[in-house]
Amino acid sequence: MWRVLEEVQDPEIPVLSIVDLGIVRHVEWRDDGRLHVGITPTYSGCPATEVIRSLIEHALSRAGFADAVLDNVLSPPWTSDWLTEEGKQKLRAFGIAPPAESVSSVRRLFGAPTVVPCPKCGSRATERVSEFGSTPCKAHYRCTVCLEPFDYFKCI
Amino acid sequence: MNARLRYVLRLADTSLVLGQRLGEWVGHAPALEEDLGLANIALDLLGQARMLLTYAGEMEGRGRSEDDLAMGRDQSDFLNFALVEQPNGDFGRTIVRQLLIDAFQLELYEALQRSSDARLGEIAAKALKETRYHFRYSAGWVVRLGDGTEESHRRVQSALDELWRFTRELFAEDDIDREMVAAGVAPSLAELQPRWSARIDEVLQEATLARPADAPYSWFGKRGEHTEHLGYLLAEMQFLHRAYPGATW
Repeated sequence: MWRVLEEVQDPEIPVLSIVDLGIVRHVEWRDDGRLHVGITPTYSGCPATEVIRSLIEHALSRAGFADAVLDNVLSPPWTSDWLTEEGKQKLRAFGIAPPAESVSSVRRLFGAPTVVPCPKCGSRATERVSEFGSTPCKAHYRCTVCLEPFDYFKCI
Repeated sequence: MNARLRYVLRLADTSLVLGQRLGEWVGHAPALEEDLGLANIALDLLGQARMLLTYAGEMEGRGRSEDDLAMGRDQSDFLNFALVEQPNGDFGRTIVRQLLIDAFQLELYEALQRSSDARLGEIAAKALKETRYHFRYSAGWVVRLGDGTEESHRRVQSALDELWRFTRELFAEDDIDREMVAAGVAPSLAELQPRWSARIDEVLQEATLARPADAPYSWFGKRGEHTEHLGYLLAEMQFLHRAYPGATW
């Protein structure tokens, strides 16, 4: 079942599957005799959420589970820590800098500035252009060495 | 209508109306980054409003969906703070309005996470993470504009002077607030106020802006008494849904 879900891609970042993204919370058979798949939204207003739901429904029904139930799970809320290690590597290869550190790290707690290495040349000399990028989950950065502008998957 | 339902609608409508206002900037902001920034904040607010309106609809038990509540109610049924329905004005004014409400939502959601209402607590935990970004954005811009040029300083100071009176409503406790505090659903507004105030003072000081004196106030959006601006906003937001009821893509 997880293999079916691993084939469902994020519509905004097609190199990531919804499993890499960490938004699948449970896959289980319940007493009602139906398969339940729990998914959680990344950002409250993420417009991809509904597309993802229908992609999952489609994938499940193709795999023969047309009557599967999709549960919406809000708690605990999604954070960028849910992104898998494999997901982070895929992001980097795609040219998007993955979250630089854990949202629960002590450094972050004390407000130390985060260094975001450039996904193209690996330089740590980068600067933030904007807190908000092309989708709710990304910020906009620029590398001052290779001059490449890039997206950074924010820690939230 | 019971107190809890009205309380949830106040939160929902505040996010919905502010999201709609910020959406007016799309394609018009002073720079592409700010266009994206304001649109992203609008999207978060819309997402929060959807979760809250869905909850309100279930609580009401009349089968009304989030869309029915957003698009089918009239001005006097909207319970948002009057602050968020105020027109955008220039970018500085939009940012001042945003700072005033972001600082409030930050304190509110922080406390609401511990609400006796588990559903509300979950929504608050989600919204809090987004609101932290919103506050960093609005506070950053208020500092840059306030401590910027003579012109930018003058504009944000005048926006602050004009909008300040609307902040009274945020902390004006009424029967619904008191009932929610007693039930452990909501935090006491008297406790939130000093924290909000300290946060705002810190930003204003860095921005070299003067905190306006408290002024008399006569609108209570959270009781459905609105300024003339809300009607126009709703007319635009609800037009399509009302002209073609039940239409879907």
